Amino acid sequence: MIELKNVCKTYETGNKAIRNINLNIRDGEFVFIVGKSGSGKSTLFKLLTRELKATSGEIIVNGCDLNKIKRRNIPKYRRTLGVVFQDFRLLYDRNVFENVAFAQRVIGASGSEIKRNVPEMLKLTGLGAKYKSYPNHLSGGEQQRVAIARALINHPQVLLADEPTGNLDSYNTHEIMRLLETVNSMGTTVIVITHSKEMVSEMKKRVITMDKGLIVSDEYPEKKPVSVMPVMGNSRSRGKSRRRPENTDDRI
Amino acid sequence: MTGFNTFWYCFKQGLKSIKRNILFSMASIATVAACIFLFSLFYSIVMNVQHITKEAETTVGITVFFDEGLSDEQKSAIGDMIKEKPGIKELRYISAEEAWDSFKTDYFGDDSEELAEAFADDNPLATSDNYEIFLENISDQQAMVQYIESLDGVREVNYSNAVVSAMSGMNRIISILSGAIIAVLIAVAIFLISNTISVAAAFRKRENEIMKLIGATNFMIRAPFVVEGVIIGFVGALIPVAAMYFIYKRAAAYVIEHYLQYTRLFEMIPLNEIFPAIVAVAMTLGVGMGFLVSFFTIRKHLKV
Repeated sequence: MIELKNVCKTYETGNKAIRNINLNIRDGEFVFIVGKSGSGKSTLFKLLTRELKATSGEIIVNGCDLNKIKRRNIPKYRRTLGVVFQDFRLLYDRNVFENVAFAQRVIGASGSEIKRNVPEMLKLTGLGAKYKSYPNHLSGGEQQRVAIARALINHPQVLLADEPTGNLDSYNTHEIMRLLETVNSMGTTVIVITHSKEMVSEMKKRVITMDKGLIVSDEYPEKKPVSVMPVMGNSRSRGKSRRRPENTDDRI
Repeated sequence: MTGFNTFWYCFKQGLKSIKRNILFSMASIATVAACIFLFSLFYSIVMNVQHITKEAETTVGITVFFDEGLSDEQKSAIGDMIKEKPGIKELRYISAEEAWDSFKTDYFGDDSEELAEAFADDNPLATSDNYEIFLENISDQQAMVQYIESLDGVREVNYSNAVVSAMSGMNRIISILSGAIIAVLIAVAIFLISNTISVAAAFRKRENEIMKLIGATNFMIRAPFVVEGVIIGFVGALIPVAAMYFIYKRAAAYVIEHYLQYTRLFEMIPLNEIFPAIVAVAMTLGVGMGFLVSFFTIRKHLKV
């Protein structure tokens, strides 16, 4: 459960990136957060990973109050999250296996645990045969799969993805979204931040739209999507959704 | 098991980092080695000069002669007054007979009985009974001499501090000189270790950012850098320790061969006595410096 109450974030420069946001995301939900550049999406992402601290308000993720969490407990909190970035953030001097194992080493897993868990995760993400490859020898989609495998290896409760398909073509975008949907179907809450509203309209998921630091709309799909299609052209009008007013608590 | 896995991971990362920045690491190791070598060298010199000074102090004393016709009680009273003063290590009464026997041995050698026969019934040192005094600290000698000279019944006070004061002076100069050189070298070593760690931190910036976001603790992010610093310090200490072992052994053998047959004054501290101290000092300095410099450098560079 992710809960934001009256959250504001003002940078030292005076820039008000987030303005009094209220938001609830239930366990197991798949949510897109969309908006133009400068709308506050990335700041929201950083607030959720606790890279930034909110200027005011309350952010509760997996039972942790992020404005009150002690510095020494932040690593423990972050282990309940999986994070994926647009630029993959892989270690290019290590192969696929080592990149995924890296997340296990961070939590102090033993060698035998790593040898057992990593191949399983690589299989799930469709990289079973490429465990020896180095990131530079993989396509963008494959690199993002490695990043997702790394994010999921420690079984996080929440997967946060910041523009995970920003560097990918439509085929790979489709593949990655299908993978994220699989992850979500296994019970992980998935939050995808993107500026592409066209892509998310195909997914029939909850879509939160931000603009100038505010949530301007929070839309829920009317029904679950039957299949996930690659994004082609302007598909804004394809997905039917019902619009809910901002900051309502009646759904939760 | 988790703690061990984490430690082992950090240790391996530290080693990898050294390998990755091999030139910086080598420069740091060489500087630490040079610093600790000079430190060990000067430490050995200072310790040996102190040892020789100490030995010399035990052989250099104050001799107190009495006025003629002084009774045994009066001499004893003078002895008591001297003993009351703090800093007296030993006070020994030398009778006229003992003084004459000692003189014969020192100056007539093996033929002492024959040569001294002429003085058979007449001790030429009959009025030379005295107190031999050894002080705990030779620097107190001048004040003690002045005090004894002020006592009634004291005819003459003999003392010699030329050797000891020369030794003490040399010791002081060596200490100051070595202190200055070592301070400069430590500053250079600190700068180089710090620079090596900074380069390693810059090199691993991306990795550290990823580590932070996937829940690595401060310890886990910083530990490989501290391991790197400690390894640099340890290897940097190991080289001069090995070098000092052979150099000291050679120097001790040279001194025994060339000087000890003439005088025992230059007797060096045996290798098995001084070497553990050199190892302890070198390792503490190397590992301690490596640990502290890398710890504080990485704290500055890595705001986790």
